[in-house]
Amino acid sequence: MTTSTRGAGKAPAVLVLEDGRIFRGRAYGAVGETFGEAVFSTGMTGYQETLTDPSYDRQIVVATAPQIGNTGWNDEDDESGRIWVSGYVVRDPARVPSNWRARRSLDEELVAQGVVGISGIDTRALTRHLRESGSMRSGIFSGEALAADAELVARVQAQPHMKGASLYEEVATKEAYVVPAVGEKKFTVAAIDLGIKGMTPHRMAERGIEVHVLPATATEEDVYAVAPDGVFFSNGPGDPATAEGPVALMGAVLKRRTPLFGICFGNQILGRALGFGTYKLKYGHRGINQPVQDRTTGKVEVTAHNHGFAVDAPLDKVSDTPYGRAEVSHVCLNDQVVEGLQLLDQPAFSVQYHPEAAAGPHDAAYLFDRFVSLMTAEGAQRA
Amino acid sequence: MPKRTDIQSVLVIGSGPIVIGQAAEFDYSGTQACRVLKSEGLRVILVNSNPATIMTDPEIADATYVEPITPEFVEKIIAKERPDALLPTLGGQTALNTAISMHEQGVLEKYGVELIGANVEAINKGEDRDLFKGVVEEVRKKIGHGESARSYICHSMDDVLKGVEELGGYPVVVRPSFTMGGAGSGFAHDEEELRRIAGQGLTLSPTTEVLLEESILGWKEYELELMRDKNDNVVVVCSIENFDPMGVHTGDSITVAPSMTLTDREYQILRDVGIAIIREVGVDTGGCNIQFAVNPEDGRVIVIEMNPRVSRSSALASKATGFPIAKIAAKLAVGYTLDEIPNDITEKTPASFEPTLDYVVVKAPRFAFEKFPSADSTLTTTMKSVGEAMAIGRNFTEALQKALRSLEKKGSQFTFVGEPGDKAQLLEEAVRPTDGRINSVMQAIRAGATREEVFDATKIDPWFVDQLFLIKEIADELAATERLDAGLLAEAKRHGFSDAQIAEIRGLREDVVREVRQALGVRPVYKTVDTCAAEFAAKTPYFYSSYDEESEVAEREKPAVIILGSGPNRIGQGIEFDYSCVHASFALSDAGYETIMVNCNPETVSTDYDTSDRLYFEPLTLEDVLEIVHAEAQAGPIAGVIVQLGGQTPLGLAQALKNNGVPVVGTPPEAIHAAEDRGAFGQVLAEAGLPAPKHGTATTFAGAKAIADEIGYPVLVRPSYVLGGRGMEIVYDEIRLASYIEESTEISPSRPVLVDRFLDDAIEIDVDALYDGEELYLGGVMEHIEEAGIHSGDSACALPPITLGGFDIKRLRASTEAIAKGVGVRGLINIQFAMAGDILYVLEANPRASRTVPFTSKATAVPLAKAAARISLGATVAELRAEGMLPKHGDGGTLPMDAPISVKEAVMPWSRFRDIHGRGVDTVLGPEMRSTGEVMGIDSVFGTAYAKSQAGAYGPLPTKGRAFISVANRDKRSMIFPARELVAHGFELFATSGTAEVLKRNGLNATVVRKQSEGEGPNGEKTIVQLIHDGGVDLIVNTPYGTGGRLDGYEIRTAAVARSVPCLTTVQALAAAVQGIDALNRGDVGVRSLQEHAERLTAARD
Repeated sequence: MTTSTRGAGKAPAVLVLEDGRIFRGRAYGAVGETFGEAVFSTGMTGYQETLTDPSYDRQIVVATAPQIGNTGWNDEDDESGRIWVSGYVVRDPARVPSNWRARRSLDEELVAQGVVGISGIDTRALTRHLRESGSMRSGIFSGEALAADAELVARVQAQPHMKGASLYEEVATKEAYVVPAVGEKKFTVAAIDLGIKGMTPHRMAERGIEVHVLPATATEEDVYAVAPDGVFFSNGPGDPATAEGPVALMGAVLKRRTPLFGICFGNQILGRALGFGTYKLKYGHRGINQPVQDRTTGKVEVTAHNHGFAVDAPLDKVSDTPYGRAEVSHVCLNDQVVEGLQLLDQPAFSVQYHPEAAAGPHDAAYLFDRFVSLMTAEGAQRA
Repeated sequence: MPKRTDIQSVLVIGSGPIVIGQAAEFDYSGTQACRVLKSEGLRVILVNSNPATIMTDPEIADATYVEPITPEFVEKIIAKERPDALLPTLGGQTALNTAISMHEQGVLEKYGVELIGANVEAINKGEDRDLFKGVVEEVRKKIGHGESARSYICHSMDDVLKGVEELGGYPVVVRPSFTMGGAGSGFAHDEEELRRIAGQGLTLSPTTEVLLEESILGWKEYELELMRDKNDNVVVVCSIENFDPMGVHTGDSITVAPSMTLTDREYQILRDVGIAIIREVGVDTGGCNIQFAVNPEDGRVIVIEMNPRVSRSSALASKATGFPIAKIAAKLAVGYTLDEIPNDITEKTPASFEPTLDYVVVKAPRFAFEKFPSADSTLTTTMKSVGEAMAIGRNFTEALQKALRSLEKKGSQFTFVGEPGDKAQLLEEAVRPTDGRINSVMQAIRAGATREEVFDATKIDPWFVDQLFLIKEIADELAATERLDAGLLAEAKRHGFSDAQIAEIRGLREDVVREVRQALGVRPVYKTVDTCAAEFAAKTPYFYSSYDEESEVAEREKPAVIILGSGPNRIGQGIEFDYSCVHASFALSDAGYETIMVNCNPETVSTDYDTSDRLYFEPLTLEDVLEIVHAEAQAGPIAGVIVQLGGQTPLGLAQALKNNGVPVVGTPPEAIHAAEDRGAFGQVLAEAGLPAPKHGTATTFAGAKAIADEIGYPVLVRPSYVLGGRGMEIVYDEIRLASYIEESTEISPSRPVLVDRFLDDAIEIDVDALYDGEELYLGGVMEHIEEAGIHSGDSACALPPITLGGFDIKRLRASTEAIAKGVGVRGLINIQFAMAGDILYVLEANPRASRTVPFTSKATAVPLAKAAARISLGATVAELRAEGMLPKHGDGGTLPMDAPISVKEAVMPWSRFRDIHGRGVDTVLGPEMRSTGEVMGIDSVFGTAYAKSQAGAYGPLPTKGRAFISVANRDKRSMIFPARELVAHGFELFATSGTAEVLKRNGLNATVVRKQSEGEGPNGEKTIVQLIHDGGVDLIVNTPYGTGGRLDGYEIRTAAVARSVPCLTTVQALAAAVQGIDALNRGDVGVRSLQEHAERLTAARD
């Protein structure tokens, strides 16, 4: 393990926001240029999981926790095959990683994967700015990419917006694969990969589910070819308003009344399939401390979030949809954003947050059990 | 689900006197809880024997009982008040133990009082080692994680020896059950150590139980603070990581929040285990603290212990995160759920979330080993620190360096000049955890130690070690640079370097560095502690400084008063000063000012974000205070800075602040100098015609001898410029004077030794007074029980004075007024007098709030600190009388005849310390203050009040049994009458031969007991020490023979501490105790709330 010392990593870097605000710091990770939507994530642990979460595709992530990289990078905690964030903004990166599982430093991993980052800026000022002005396009520049401020702002402003971006196909698997059940196999689930995290099929597999992870472009035939007991729609990046294909597929699954579970992007797709709208939140929910109330039990769970869009569904009444009655099952207590939907007349539900929780607390793991009970009940009915 | 409607009144039990392991944090928690419960419309009944607390202010609860926290007294309160419920989880181990014992005695059932916040079963499961092991096993079965260290429960020494074999040999950890702050626990490396530690542990444990454990020395140590509501919602408020690995009590460790070296997976395992434990233990509602050890090799997690209550760590976690654990625990106890309680800071989001930090918090302990020179300074699992400082920074290095300078102790900050010393030797030193080990590590790094060498010696996590290297590298750059430029200065400041440190490295003056820095525009910004890493807007201005880009200090319109707090608690400067600062904040807020508090002590009420309009959690150094003043001056008008309420810490800054153009209000710095400087003060006394004991200063033995010869022995000698009587000694002869000068390292031409005539047999008197420039308000006159020569902080005292007459008060008033006027006081002044023969000598004057202000305020029902704050800002005594803050007529010197008598008693930390041989430290009182806290007994007559003070401080006085008396020759005369009284009360007297002889000649029979030095008699007659250990003595009177000698007295007094037998070390205390015993034997000792006392007093005044 190399030990970086002071003097290294002093190359200047700038973070440029589309509204012209500029933060000056030092290059971190790869040197060069990168663009993305600037968003902040408030988790104090789990940067490795965050960076490899496909939902962060095309986003420049700001870590509000100031000391980043302390536990280095290991070979077990990746949530997908690569780092997806387009840029990383930290205040005080570790010089020496310390953890018995660490294999290399975060800095080294960022360099190896060509992820451009910046360190040493006032991340709190940036976060407050994003909170007040909303998430926005941004760019990080270092080394030869540096230029006059106005030029950099212009480059940022030339980038596409997140609203209207269709990104799930870019992050999803191209080939189907199977995650075998741990122990005795009890169910088969077709999981539509819209940017699925590694922990999600793992949580299902732990419960005796054989998970067939299918590409985002999977058709109804592809799904039913695996004879699923349930269908799962994963999390993923981008604007749900662009996800026509998955919405249509979801409609087909609902029509067949197959038990269905969706997470994050999957929740937004269920919302759209039911006829609700989706909208972009000002600065999103990204962190691992969000209080969500399960309205069916009244209990509060502390949950992992990563969403910039949300479903627009009425909180105070049951809605009639093409698939029967639906209601908001979960709500974020911080801002009353819809965090979960369920159908009352058929076995389908979804949550906007991350019960697989990597990173994050395990409070919502019961939702996988709920999915299992839906499949059990459905199986019993059919038998 | 809203709050319960079946509870109308709640009894809250406080934690009693400040002792090591149970300090001001419980005042903070208790105050929060009482305020919340009161605002919920409940009748709050409070019992706490500690007068120096905000919680015992009459406006905090509806009925405030400053009575001993013993099951007997609490039962009396319950019988009188008949509360519906008892909340025992906010007063530390004292409250919990008292509640459990009342439950066991059936008292709660008898009066139909419901225990809320925790049930007895949960308390037992959490506290009983064996049951808790079962809990952990159950948790492991359920979630597959967490285990206990392999261990063995013992109830006897035989068990203990067997246990070591079971565990596979030494070293083992010994932990007594049901003791606070880990009292009595430690590592045993061999049988001798084991017998000593376990033997004491069995004694200390109320259940005669100790636990032996496998050693997990050197593992990483973590704590989680959790809360649970009645709907089983659980949140983790904070994770804390110890910088010092396992082996050092967490209270003595440098600790960091949030955890720095855990991956999410590992952190979530701790969280899962923590949540499963709080459920399995069955904490219904409220907070708990769980400690973990993690093996750095493989991540194996061991659950060390849990506290099913609010703790020191939860106070730290509240300050570190902005999540008020005690306040929320109180709301949960009366039926609310977490999602129903709003987060105070955002106002919009609920409390059912987990705070996230965008800064780093470091807590550093403050020790007082210099007060106990014979004590072993190795840090162990028994807590020994007397206070702590917390600092917040945007990174670890900044927070750490701020915390170290907050400790305000010479050598606590890293130094980078001079020879570091020998690397091997420094590493060797760093192996043993001590106060200041981190400084040895830094010197070892300077001497060339590698990261690996530091880790091998200390087991401090490599990430932390690298952070120390980072600090050292910046120091090197500062030293090497040709000129200080903005870039390097900013970098150094970002890593917490103070102007003073930079000045030292560059060989410049601190003010020069400051000027350069400010000229280059390198200044701190102030960030908000907001619980949510800026995700939501914060409504609460709780600030810390950082060298970053954007400041969050908002503009304001009202004139602001900045109150400087007292910093970390230490012996001599404790919670009493925080009390005065908090009062000032309340009073000035009422008077229309914006109040701004500056302090760095996480245990206190002053650092509650609710106390003042703005809170700056910052070190109390000149640099940090000047920057705050600068930031606030830009935000709006500043009416002034108050330095006279936080003890010596802010007082010491007064002149420098003024020199820097800061408006110091109240007593001006020149007046402070006039009182503190011996020459200037002598002038004041001379002009007022007041006598002081003869004195002189010397820098050599010959000089000191000449002074002593002239004024006569005994003399009181002390180094100049010290606090709390540090190094002060009464010297009876020339031989000792010579050795004193020889031993004293602090004497130099610029620091002479002061030699005063010691007034033998004088009555010492303390006066607290207010002066506005025109009128004197005599706050209170306290008569010490012990004679002069015992530090006023360690002496018991009575108010109103019990033996002084009207003429004496008149003289005291006149002298006080002359001094206040001569010095130029605007606000509070405390003067110590000694009455010897018929002469009233002035010993010293402190132009500031004293340690006794809270006691005086409570005893006389007048808020002196509030009045002082107002006077500082220009109000007059007359105006305050008209307003009703001060009584219309009279003052503390003219209390009505039937005013209650209040007795203050000091509480000593003897049982915490051992010498390197593992023996206790001597318990004799002297001119050097060593008490950590105090209690107050209040009643209509002195005897009862004194008995209550003893019950509150040390446990009840015995009313019958065996009294052992052994006194120095000079005390033999005055011992006879009290001894006769003891006999009259049915005590059987035991004495050493000399004392017995004197008693016999005076017609009192005493059984002669063998001295320790004589050994056991031929027929197995036991020595006095053996008798004490066997529980054969109920009361000990032992006054020391001269100084220094480690004779029998030492053995007797340490045995008394070990066995918790009341031990009186002065004849004056004996006389008072006899009055107390008399009161107890007459029966009918009642309880009365402060509100009732005040009502009577007010009625009598009008």
